[in-house]
Amino acid sequence: METVIYTKKLTKRFGNFIAANELSFEVSKGEIFGFLGANGAGKTTAMRMLCGLLMPSSGEANVAGFDVYTETEKIKQNIGYMSQKFSLYEDLTVAENIRFYAGIYGLSFAEIKMKTDELLTKLDMRSEAKKLVSQLPLGWKQKLAFSVSLVHDPKIVFLDEPTGGVDPVTRRQFWDLIYYAAGKGVTVFVTTHYMDEAEYCDRVSIMVDGVISALDSPGNLKKQMNAPDMEDVFYQLARKAKRSE
Amino acid sequence: MIRSFYFILEKEFKQMMRSKGLVRMLIMMPVIQLLILPMAANYSIKNISLAVVDNDHSEYSRTMIHKITSSGYFKLTSFCKNSKDAFNEIENDRADLILEIPHDFEKNLVRENSQKLSVQINAIEGVKAGLSGGYLANIIADFNSDIKTHWIQSQGPDEAAIVSVAPINWYNRYMNYYLFIIPGILVTLITGIGMLQTSFNMVKEKEIGTIEQINVTPVKKQAFILGKMVPYFVLSALVFVIGQIVSYLFYNIHSAGSYLTVFVGMCAFLFSLQGFGLLLSTYAESQQQAMSLGFFFMNILNMMSGLYTSIDSMPMWAKVMTGSFPLSHFIRVMRMVMLKGSSISEVGDHLLIMVGLGIVFNTWAVLHYHKRS
Repeated sequence: METVIYTKKLTKRFGNFIAANELSFEVSKGEIFGFLGANGAGKTTAMRMLCGLLMPSSGEANVAGFDVYTETEKIKQNIGYMSQKFSLYEDLTVAENIRFYAGIYGLSFAEIKMKTDELLTKLDMRSEAKKLVSQLPLGWKQKLAFSVSLVHDPKIVFLDEPTGGVDPVTRRQFWDLIYYAAGKGVTVFVTTHYMDEAEYCDRVSIMVDGVISALDSPGNLKKQMNAPDMEDVFYQLARKAKRSE
Repeated sequence: MIRSFYFILEKEFKQMMRSKGLVRMLIMMPVIQLLILPMAANYSIKNISLAVVDNDHSEYSRTMIHKITSSGYFKLTSFCKNSKDAFNEIENDRADLILEIPHDFEKNLVRENSQKLSVQINAIEGVKAGLSGGYLANIIADFNSDIKTHWIQSQGPDEAAIVSVAPINWYNRYMNYYLFIIPGILVTLITGIGMLQTSFNMVKEKEIGTIEQINVTPVKKQAFILGKMVPYFVLSALVFVIGQIVSYLFYNIHSAGSYLTVFVGMCAFLFSLQGFGLLLSTYAESQQQAMSLGFFFMNILNMMSGLYTSIDSMPMWAKVMTGSFPLSHFIRVMRMVMLKGSSISEVGDHLLIMVGLGIVFNTWAVLHYHKRS
């Protein structure tokens, strides 16, 4: 399998505080990689380093074949990102948001038109195309934001708690979109607090106090820790955490 | 680079056109500031309340009081019996000025050819006190020469010839206050938009979090920054033009020099001003912070810009401070071109300074803006 994310002892320090400590892992193409951990465990820090938003303190990392220290602009052409904070423009319409992001990623006008059509059909949002994003319910916004982060057909998409505050039905639909993208060969790197979502991942890593304390498929983790579900796996590991938020 | 710039520009214009305050900013601001402000905030002082203590009750004292009140600047609010009463008027804010005419005013004036008058001024408002004292002194001097002329006619030639000075005010012949203040107000008008709106627009993206999304795209920061600046440049220029039209229609103020020079000056000004706004935005994390920072600088710089007071009479440090900000330069350019008709080469120094400041501010801002922290 082709490796699309590779890290070795990737570390981020803020003064004396080590937010991410010697992270080493690999993610393969088309994999859904769950990144779990309590609040403040260092998930977002790790993800921001991989996206080129944060300079690592030490260690190595490669994303889509490019180095995170020197080739961030090339990485950016190949990844999609959906941040914790809502990332679409509320004062633009659905179609305008798609057009803007597609445009700044360098798609041609013909491609933009095609992508917009395709995306609106897939999300069943044709009649909402001319609505301002601020008028959409949260779940719809999140689905739209996810689709927009894929508009330039990236190799990898990073999702930072994409389903926070979303109802269970919409969450299920959101994961259908994730599966659909992974099926087309997109690697999905996702952080979440929902343990049922962890079960949907191919592999999960669990971060505790800035360190990866477990990394395997959900099935193997449950077996190793003799736990009935991922919720229990998470409890067993996260309980050992010493640092508070 | 050019393609992404186009899309950023398109998005920024759409967002600007949709913002609720746009019409308010575009129409209301120039109209209100230019129509209401100059009428209310006026240096020509009128309606100065005058308390008179006339201890003489002579023909001369009455003539003089009449002359003062008929000048139009003073209104006689009270006639007091003694100076204590009159001072009470000042204490209770009913009088700005006391004129006390001594006993034997007429007698001394005629016999000894000299007389002293006492004028007391309420100096709580410095400018008003200075000006009203000056007005009064002028009127009295005038009265003085009136009676002298009168005596010369009746008594033959006086030993001292009367020398009078007749100043001519160049460029603003009638010292029209509007002509002085309106070009300045036009400048402050676009300062608000050019500086504050530019920085708010930038910080807004930080605040709502969309800047993260932009930073993970391959967009060049220069393209992003430029795309954010251009719409507010256009908006400021539009407000400026509307302001010029308003001042022409309502005050009949038109530029003595070329409007092209004025416009070139405006471009240089906005370039530096927006750079400053941008710089503020790279240091502020929220719109509230940007606003506090912005108003902090705006207030100081407005006061020191030469709009209200003369820069030439400021201490050296203040001159340096106000000179390192574009506002004072553009106000100077506006007044020079619009009043005096200066050509582009005559205001060249100010233009160059503004462009230089713009390069400094913008470079600093671009360097300080990081896509990666």
